[in-house]
Amino acid sequence: MIKTERLSKRYDTLTAVDAVSFEVHAGEVLGFLGPNGAGKTTTMRMLAGFIAPTSGTASVCGHDIQTDTLAAKRSIGYLPEGAPLYGEMNVRSFLEFVAELRGLSGAQRTSRLDFVIARLQLSSVLEQSIETLSKGFRRRVGLAQSLLQDPPVLILDEPTDGLDPNQKHEVRTLINEMAPGKIIIISTHLLEEVEAVCTRAIIIARGRIVADDTPQHLAARSRYHNAVSLQLESATDLAAARDAIAALPNVESVEMSEREARLTALPHAGAHILPALSELAAQRGLHLKELHLESGRLDEVFRSITA
Amino acid sequence: MHNVSVILRRELRSYFSTPLAYVFILIFLVLANSFTFYLGGFFERGQADLAPFFNFHPWLYLFLIPALAMRLWAEERKTGSIELLLTQPITLWEAVLGKFFAAWIFAALALALTFPIWITVNYLGSPDNGAILAGYVGSLLLAGGFLAIGSCMSALTRNQVVAFILGVVVCFLFLLAGFPLVLDVFRGWAPQPIVDAIASLSFLTHFESIAKGVIDVRDLLYFAMLIAFFLLATAIALDVRKAE
Repeated sequence: MIKTERLSKRYDTLTAVDAVSFEVHAGEVLGFLGPNGAGKTTTMRMLAGFIAPTSGTASVCGHDIQTDTLAAKRSIGYLPEGAPLYGEMNVRSFLEFVAELRGLSGAQRTSRLDFVIARLQLSSVLEQSIETLSKGFRRRVGLAQSLLQDPPVLILDEPTDGLDPNQKHEVRTLINEMAPGKIIIISTHLLEEVEAVCTRAIIIARGRIVADDTPQHLAARSRYHNAVSLQLESATDLAAARDAIAALPNVESVEMSEREARLTALPHAGAHILPALSELAAQRGLHLKELHLESGRLDEVFRSITA
Repeated sequence: MHNVSVILRRELRSYFSTPLAYVFILIFLVLANSFTFYLGGFFERGQADLAPFFNFHPWLYLFLIPALAMRLWAEERKTGSIELLLTQPITLWEAVLGKFFAAWIFAALALALTFPIWITVNYLGSPDNGAILAGYVGSLLLAGGFLAIGSCMSALTRNQVVAFILGVVVCFLFLLAGFPLVLDVFRGWAPQPIVDAIASLSFLTHFESIAKGVIDVRDLLYFAMLIAFFLLATAIALDVRKAE
């Protein structure tokens, strides 16, 4: 379990993290969301034992990060932002270096090294120096380093930043695979990532927690929650359809995009308008290309909370 | 100690995986020998000792040691790898000591490679080998002192060139602490005991007394405390500035 109580970090004039309290339990994948400079990295750095909090406390698996730092660090695998590594080392000696600092030895060391090398597909670059690797490989070496000891807690600062879509998918699959039984905290500003891997999201803005919920519940806070989006074959009778939909009971407003020939009907809070809308479309003989119910838009919630 | 040695070995390997190690050793050997023969008049003096060799070490170290030490922490901070290192289950002290001793062992290796001059002087005459050993010990301690200063300067900045220049300046001040150039700054206003204290900080006086063949406990203590002080300052500087 990770527990923070009023964790704060102040620099001369700036409060980077302001009395942040939360708990994370095994099996949870927590996403830290927030605009750049919101305090995500600072919070993670405090948990990982890199910088000391100005006030407040935090403990990792029962070890206080300030009084029992080494034990806390031992239970954490940490990927710093940008995955900094020792560029002049080759991949194998770098991983062996970390394994030694992590206190792995003998058969266990060999089996863990083999595991991370196989799992992150590093065998083809083992003898290559890290500075010659592509960004994707470097990120994988950084991830391999964090997994070496099979720690109960993983803290990954923007693990997919700068990766191509395939590599992002790989990293997300890996996180999902490891999730059972572990505590995983990732920071990101990619909202689709939160939906893909996180069981819970904390939104941080200006150093404070402004929302703490499951991604589904967060999305439900959106005006688009239970909205109905429909796309017509052509934009010719779009305006007439919009007026008809707007006249339906329980429809709050209708948004129209002529370029896409799309209408989005927003319901009154708590109302379900899909049946009424599909009935209307059938009555008027509208040629629909698409009709679907929206679960909510996380990016819109994100903007409305953090802006 | 396990972690200190793991970090130490990584550092030493990294010296040799770049041209740095070879360039440093080559330049050190070329300069050390040319100073001895051309400026020191090794042959002309007609004495079987290595005084002309050791006399130039402080000046050689003044530029070479800060060049060796400048990357110790500045590079880690620049690339961000310091975050990776210090979030491993190690203490800051283990990292400071591991890096310092790696650099010191490397300097010792460069110094050891000057052995042909020891063979030469033994071939040409019968020198006091005890005094030569003392000279090597003094030179190694001097390198350690310079490295500790360099490590601290490197911890203060992300920029290696700045670390180098700061290192040279501070080493120069310590080298000449017993000389009018530095002392005159203090004589005008500071009381005599303080001026004396500053004069006693001079690298040169402590080094020369060891290099003459007299290993005095006070000189050893001086270097030990100086190194400890600057390593402590390194740790404090890192603790304050590592995340910047």
